[in-house]
Amino acid sequence: MFSWKEIPIGAIVTAPGSAKEYRTGDWRSQRPEWDLAKCIKCGLCYIYCPDASIGWKQDDGYPWWDEYHCKGCGICANECWTKAIHMVEETE
Amino acid sequence: MDKYGLYVPKLAPRKEYFAPGHRACVGCGEMLAVRQVCKALGRETIVINSTGCIEIVSSLFPQTTWEVPWMHTLFENAAAVASGVESAIKVMQRKGKYRDKKVNILAMGGDGATADIGLQALSGAFERGHDLLYVCFDNEAYMNTGIQRSSSTPYGAVTTTSPTGKKSIGQQTQKKNLPAIAVAHNIDYVATASPAYPFDLMDKVKKGVNTKGPAYIQVFSPCPTGWRSPGELSVALARLVVETGVFPLFEVVKGKYKMSMEFEKLRSIKDYMKPQGRFRHLTEDDIDTIQARVIEEYNKLKEKAYGQ
Ligand SMILES: Cc1ncc(C[n+]2csc(CCOP(=O)(O)OP(=O)(O)O)c2C)c(N)n1
Ligand code: SF4
Ligand code: SF4
Ligand code: SF4
Ligand SMILES: [Mg+2]
Repeated sequence: MFSWKEIPIGAIVTAPGSAKEYRTGDWRSQRPEWDLAKCIKCGLCYIYCPDASIGWKQDDGYPWWDEYHCKGCGICANECWTKAIHMVEETE
Repeated sequence: MDKYGLYVPKLAPRKEYFAPGHRACVGCGEMLAVRQVCKALGRETIVINSTGCIEIVSSLFPQTTWEVPWMHTLFENAAAVASGVESAIKVMQRKGKYRDKKVNILAMGGDGATADIGLQALSGAFERGHDLLYVCFDNEAYMNTGIQRSSSTPYGAVTTTSPTGKKSIGQQTQKKNLPAIAVAHNIDYVATASPAYPFDLMDKVKKGVNTKGPAYIQVFSPCPTGWRSPGELSVALARLVVETGVFPLFEVVKGKYKMSMEFEKLRSIKDYMKPQGRFRHLTEDDIDTIQARVIEEYNKLKEKAYGQ
């Protein structure tokens, strides 16, 4: 850390999106698991994730999961139409 | 959602302007709403944010969640500061000191910041006609400081300052009708939105910011911590609140009301209230009273949309 003398005037932060370095994934008590056979690549899980922790793979279009940031809320599993996602206990 | 709605999520801008790593509670519907609003606006945006959950969870010094210029104001003056930012850009553009390109000015705050302490600043910004979009993220209480009631808390809901007991049903007053207050300022664009309907929301944000002069959008923002509801239900609740008519989606363009979504039959408010601890103490009679009021208000709104 740094002392108050080093804090810039106005507490300006110039590195955009630097909070990404922080591992919110450590908060997780459950994690989503995908059954890709059921996934229709609709992207609903992506648009409903409060932590922007789902994207999709450029090559095959299937969802991509951000283990570093996902907090395990379960919204994606609850919203997936085809029930391709289910939550399991986090053991790691 | 229809078939069309099913396949469009991937058409939304992929870039995140409200990055992961924010410290919001697990399943926060407010941050989901912020994420969608930012997606709609894109990078040519300056955000002016009053004190509240959004500011706290996104700006843990020396880190930031924001990928666009962002400024934290006091609890009460986001609309005033945003007015200043807008005016300053206008003057600098006139003097040739700022590039001649449209910059989206987004002022935002919670319901406490908007409906209570910041209402005067908001009214001033509307009245002076600044070219900005104000978005109120309505989680129906002062959540950041530990769930105190606001004038946007619905009747019957429990907060720490509207407790339930022998002589109290919880919140004893009705939710303030902020969109109607915005409409009364004769501004050209007012709307309500919910993150359960992301395309409707993003569409409205774009319309609002492209309106010349002030625009106001109130976004329903589920708060699992303050509502005592399961985090995985945040999107489901944001949908149920619309399907029950408790928070109808509409637009008011140049004073003309238009419903964004219509249902043949509204769902029972029980479907919406049951998963939430803040309503758990209500009796059948209480719920009937609230249900009757919801229908009455919904019909009044429909009257405005179709009656004229
Ligand atoms: C003048 C002033 N009074 C009180 C506070 C303490 N305070 C900070 S945020 C907040 C409540 C925010 O509620 P809301 O605007 O609804 O946002 P939310 O946290 O619910 O998203 C309060 C009371 C303050 N910062 N400034
Ligand atoms: S919501 Fe379900 S079906 Fe759609 S992309 Fe995500 S996992 Fe696949
Ligand atoms: S569990 Fe929640 S945080 Fe994790 S990917 Fe699903 S929606 Fe996102
Ligand atoms: S208290 Fe509510 S609004 Fe605030 S971060 Fe937590 S869930 Fe979100
Ligand atoms: Mg609030």
